[in-house]
Formats: sequence, structure tokens, C-alpha cells
Amino acid sequence: MEYHINIPADKDEIKKLEVGDILYVTGKMFTARDEAHHMMLEKEEIPFDPSEMALYHCGPLMKEENGKWQVVSAGPTTSSRMEIFEDKFLEKFSTNIIIGKGGMGGRTKKALQKYICVYTSYTGGAGALAADKVEKVEGVYWLDKLGMPEAVWVFKVKEFGPLVVAMDSHGKSIYEHLKKG
Amino acid sequence: MNLKNIEDGIVELIRKAETELPDDVVKSLEHAYEIEDGVAKTQIDAILKNIDLAKKSGRPMCQDTGIQTFFIEVGIDFSFINRLKDLMNNAVKKATLEVPLRPNTVDPFTGENHKDNTGDHLPYITWDFVDGNDVHITALPKGGGSENMSKLGMLKPGVGIEGVKDFVVEEMIKSAGNPCPPTVVGVGIGGGADLSLKLGKRALLRPVDDRHKDKNIAAVEEELIKRINASGIGPMGLGGKTTVLDVHVEKAHRHPASLPVGIAVQCWADRRAKMVIHSDGSWEVK
Repeated sequence: MEYHINIPADKDEIKKLEVGDILYVTGKMFTARDEAHHMMLEKEEIPFDPSEMALYHCGPLMKEENGKWQVVSAGPTTSSRMEIFEDKFLEKFSTNIIIGKGGMGGRTKKALQKYICVYTSYTGGAGALAADKVEKVEGVYWLDKLGMPEAVWVFKVKEFGPLVVAMDSHGKSIYEHLKKG
Repeated sequence: MNLKNIEDGIVELIRKAETELPDDVVKSLEHAYEIEDGVAKTQIDAILKNIDLAKKSGRPMCQDTGIQTFFIEVGIDFSFINRLKDLMNNAVKKATLEVPLRPNTVDPFTGENHKDNTGDHLPYITWDFVDGNDVHITALPKGGGSENMSKLGMLKPGVGIEGVKDFVVEEMIKSAGNPCPPTVVGVGIGGGADLSLKLGKRALLRPVDDRHKDKNIAAVEEELIKRINASGIGPMGLGGKTTVLDVHVEKAHRHPASLPVGIAVQCWADRRAKMVIHSDGSWEVK
């Protein structure tokens, strides 16, 4: 099935998504890699509301022109690096759509079921295509401390996809039956 | 001779590598599009659209513009050998702002980003010296996701080439979707630990679909392609027929007690570009 949904998505919308579905999302997303996950888990207060956004595993290539940030290229980064943080992250921030590449492990799979979330795969390396779907850069956090790739960027996107639902909220993962070789 | 002109040429080399894929890679991806269906086809479709968009808009195809990696053949009669290293460094800094490139060089101790894609030992340059007065540079920007899937096996010589093949297939299956398949895999066999990895990386310079001139090695390459693709990992690890676009094998003689196998992995964005600099300072990017 193909779905076009707005972020934030409600629980029923997330529940109907199944492994193999194709998804296009419209709304806000924030980028977070290893450093940002670590930092956000330790901080008591976050200057934006992650529950209203999708979480994007991405370290974008950005360009500042006349004081305004623009996205040059922004494909996904390898999600498995975030496996050690993600269950705690979903518990704390209630974001319900993760976008990444390469898949995640058992801890995340359980958390997706528990908190009703989906992990979706965006085509790795398709950075120019992704940047094309970003309508606006809404903000950046911890840029000085973390640097461009690791900072948290907030993007407003339109019809961002195709995302493949790779791990759903029912405990299924597209990666599991593929690894037998 | 105008050194700034050469520096601009090297910036163009980097720009070309980051924004346009070689025809052999595009052709291979187009073939993958033909033979895949379902989710796998959607991935190759996105990749091809992305390649097209990057080329037309002149922006890097992937946000991970990589570690700037160059293989340089210097003609020993080139007039400005002593300036080449500085030219490379300056061009990388300039390209970071102009292309632009993502600042990708981080100090492993402090975590501080050098912000210009240079740093200790970087850009990473392999120098060779040849006859003549031209300089040939190949740029191979190397992404982190695929580099993280590099492997070194110090196998027991008794396992032979069969053991080498099993090792490569097993490791590539373990890597699954992480290195952004369909990948190009470089395998270096023999030498010592470092040389096997170096040969693996050097093997990535060969065009996709280029078979080794040694028939026995070519047969090993073909077998590896077949076996890895039979895993069904597919584009982005989401399932499909195309897990590798190609496997290139290179060998060195080995120590009697050692059988090193170095695996270098390149994502579908098998970025390569070449340039030649003539002794009068003129240059061409190919």
C-alpha cells in the first residue's frame, strides 16, 4: 500500500502501516545522529517538541547564504549506530516515525511495538532528491558544539519519500527474513 | 605557470566526483532497475532520479561527501612536484566552501571538526611516481557508511582461495543494508594486513563490469558477484536481486604463514573522477 500522511501522525495512522508499505510524509522532522541522541537523552529540557516531528537519522550538507541555511544534500545515515539509544529515545520523546537506512535491531523493534512507532527506510545516498523535498529549514540546535553533521536540524518537508516501512508497530521487520543468505 | 589555475582544476575534479557518477556505474544501476521489481525497484528508481538531479543541479549526490581520497601518479619530470601537496590541501579547503562539501574531518580525541576536510593525514593521498611530465589524479571520495563495513581477515593459509571466497561472502552478508547496497566491493588478497586493505581500496578504482585480466581471478570475481547477489539482501537491504554491482579482486604475494584478505566497500555512489595536469599548468577533468 502507498500512504501519504501528515506529521504528527496519530496512533491509528501508525498502526495501519505494515512492513513493505510505501510512505510519503509532510510536516516537520528533526535530524539526530549519535551525538544528538546522546545529548538529548541527557538534557532535561529540549528547545523544540520532538513529539510533533519525525526523527530523521541524517547528517545533512548545509549551506549558509545571507544568514539563511539551505539544504544542499540530506540523505539518511546508517541507523544501526543509534540502536543503543533508540528505545530510551522513543520513551522520552514520543516521536512516532523514524526515518533512516540499513535497519535497526531487537531493542528498537520492541520499542516500536511498545510506543506505537514505525521505522522507515529512505534510499541511502539519495541526498539531492531528499533536499529537493525540504521546503524550509526551520532551525538548528547545538551547531557550534556538534558541528554540521551532528547538529539537530529542523526541516519542514513536503511529500518526503518514498519511505519504505521497514519495521512496523506490530513487531515485524523487513530485514529479518532477508539475512539468511 | 599559474598555480591558482591548477588549484581551480582540482576543485573541479572534486566537484565532478561529488556531483556526477561515471557512466559505467549509471549503466549498471540502469540494468539493476530493469531486473528488479517491487520495493527494490523503488530504491533503484530513487537512486537514478537522485543521480539525475545531482548532475543537473550541480549539487553533491550524497550528503556524505566522504573523506577526500586521491590516487596520484606524478610524472617525475613535472615542474612543480614540490607544490603538489599544498595544491591538494588548498583545493580541498576551497572545494569545501565552493561545491560545497560537508565538513567531515573530526579529531578522534577532542571530537572537534576541522571544518575544511583537511586534518592530520587528510586528505588521504596515495602517491606513485611514473615517467613523463604529466600528473594524473583520481579522486575517490569515500563515504563513512560503506567504509565502516571494511573488513580484514587474517586467514589460515590452509583454507585456500575457497576460504577467502567464503570469508568475503559471509562478511558482505553480515553487512546487509548498512553500506548502501548495491555496492562495489574491492578485495585485496595477500601482502600483509595493511597491503591487503590497500589493494582492496585500489581495486575500487576499476570501472564496474571490468573483469581482471587474469582469468582465474576474473572467475573468482564472477563467483563472488553471483554468491553475494544470491543472498537476496538487495538495494538498501530491503530485499532484491542486486546487492553488489561488482566485485574487484587484486592480489599480492603473501608471507607463507599469512593469508590476509582486505575488503573495501563502496556504496552505490561509486564516485570516481580523473584529471590530468600538464607541465605547462593546463589541465583536463575527465
